[in-house]
Amino acid sequence: MYDTPISERKVDQQEVKFSAKGVQVYYADTHAIKDVDVEIQDKTVTAFIGPSGCGKSTFLRCLNRMNDTIDICRVEGDIHLDGQDIYDKRVDPVQLRAKVGMVFQKPNPFPKSIYDNIAYGPRIHGLANGKAELDEIVEKSLRRGAIWDEVKDRLHEPGTGLSGGQQQRLCIARAVATEPEVLLMDEPCSALDPIATAQVEELIDELRESYSVVIVTHSMQQAARVSQKTAFFHLGNLVEYGETSQIFTNPQDERTESYITGRIG
Amino acid sequence: MHDEHISSAFDRDLEAVQALIMKMGGLVEEAIKNAALSLETRDEELAAQVRAGDKTIDALEEQIDQETALIIALRAPTAIDLRLILSVMKVASNLERIGDHAKNMAKRTSVLTQMATVNGAASSLRRMALETERMLRDVLDAYIQRDADLAAAVIQRDLDVDQMYNTLFREFLTFMMEDPRNITPCMHLHFIAKNTERMGDHVTNIAEQVIYLVTGQMPDEGRTKGDKTSLEPAAAPPDVEA
Repeated sequence: MYDTPISERKVDQQEVKFSAKGVQVYYADTHAIKDVDVEIQDKTVTAFIGPSGCGKSTFLRCLNRMNDTIDICRVEGDIHLDGQDIYDKRVDPVQLRAKVGMVFQKPNPFPKSIYDNIAYGPRIHGLANGKAELDEIVEKSLRRGAIWDEVKDRLHEPGTGLSGGQQQRLCIARAVATEPEVLLMDEPCSALDPIATAQVEELIDELRESYSVVIVTHSMQQAARVSQKTAFFHLGNLVEYGETSQIFTNPQDERTESYITGRIG
Repeated sequence: MHDEHISSAFDRDLEAVQALIMKMGGLVEEAIKNAALSLETRDEELAAQVRAGDKTIDALEEQIDQETALIIALRAPTAIDLRLILSVMKVASNLERIGDHAKNMAKRTSVLTQMATVNGAASSLRRMALETERMLRDVLDAYIQRDADLAAAVIQRDLDVDQMYNTLFREFLTFMMEDPRNITPCMHLHFIAKNTERMGDHVTNIAEQVIYLVTGQMPDEGRTKGDKTSLEPAAAPPDVEA
């Protein structure tokens, strides 16, 4: 894949992971998301961009029902994961979140050891039979999080003792430990320095082989670097959704153009 | 879309680099005009001036290259800004090539003043050069006004220049067959015609950049390749056969 020219490095995956139709989100009387239709593909990095308050994080949080935790929040419309309605009454949000993992802006490791941070999810979901298997999951996840070499000798020290960039990679490792199918990332690099950012971006590119990754970012350059598809949100509307290469060279909507070129919009 | 960036310094950078293009374009237009004039009026001094002026054009291209590299490094332009920067680089290199052709024309002027004139050739060449110069002026207007239609019209006009070249090619061939003493001046004149025809091609390239800048798409190769005159073996004139 890396020997193909950028212009030919298009989304080769056509399998739809998430399909959203007519999604409306209200915070009390505020209409935060207005009639959004979008299809998110499997094994693809999809970036959500847009100015602050445009609804991109709100929409991201709809995808694993994180908005359920906000009392005044109301979600309407259909969101299907692999064809199944995730807002169906029979869906257990905890199970859903095991399938749809999330990484937040600020690294938030549990106040536990590095080992337990990773082992927590697999334990509560009963993914491991015995200590040996759990050890294996922990190692595999830390390797996937590209942090294994840095922490393998201090697995039982607290996760909070790591540097910011390491903590964020620990959180990504924690998110992949439950073998999710989708990884949601809400500005995962905004608290990191450029080197840690590059490491996380490299990691996102690797994760794409196994997962569908959706990333919210304020860094346009990051969206351009890591994603194959980009969605531009503005005032609660999904204004434009397309191949990242097209959005950044020849956007079709004037609002997209104004935003990505840094004009007043 | 809004015209202005939030960062006004970015606007100033983009305007500055476009101003350089216009300055370069103006100098290249002058070079074509003066090279053609020096040919027709056998003005060696003017030809020397054109040759010397090419250094300024080259220096401008270099300056534009440096400025665009800086803008790319510091501003990471996207969308229309990216297309603008890419077009600036390509327009500058095409202008530089046109400048070279004008210089070449002026060099041959100096040689041709030492020889006998060839009937009417200099004024035909000047007409051809002037048409190319007008095309260049229009394409630079289209560039500044973001006028893709005007640019497309310029591309069509290049067909006329190609036609003029083919006509001249036939004429020179006939002159050379008529009298071998015509061969040296006609060879020089033919190179001038060819240089001018190439200038037209570079103007066409600039026009394509204008269309890319405005629409985000390169124009289709809708133009049919014109005359094949220069590729066919020359037929001997009837009087030679006798």
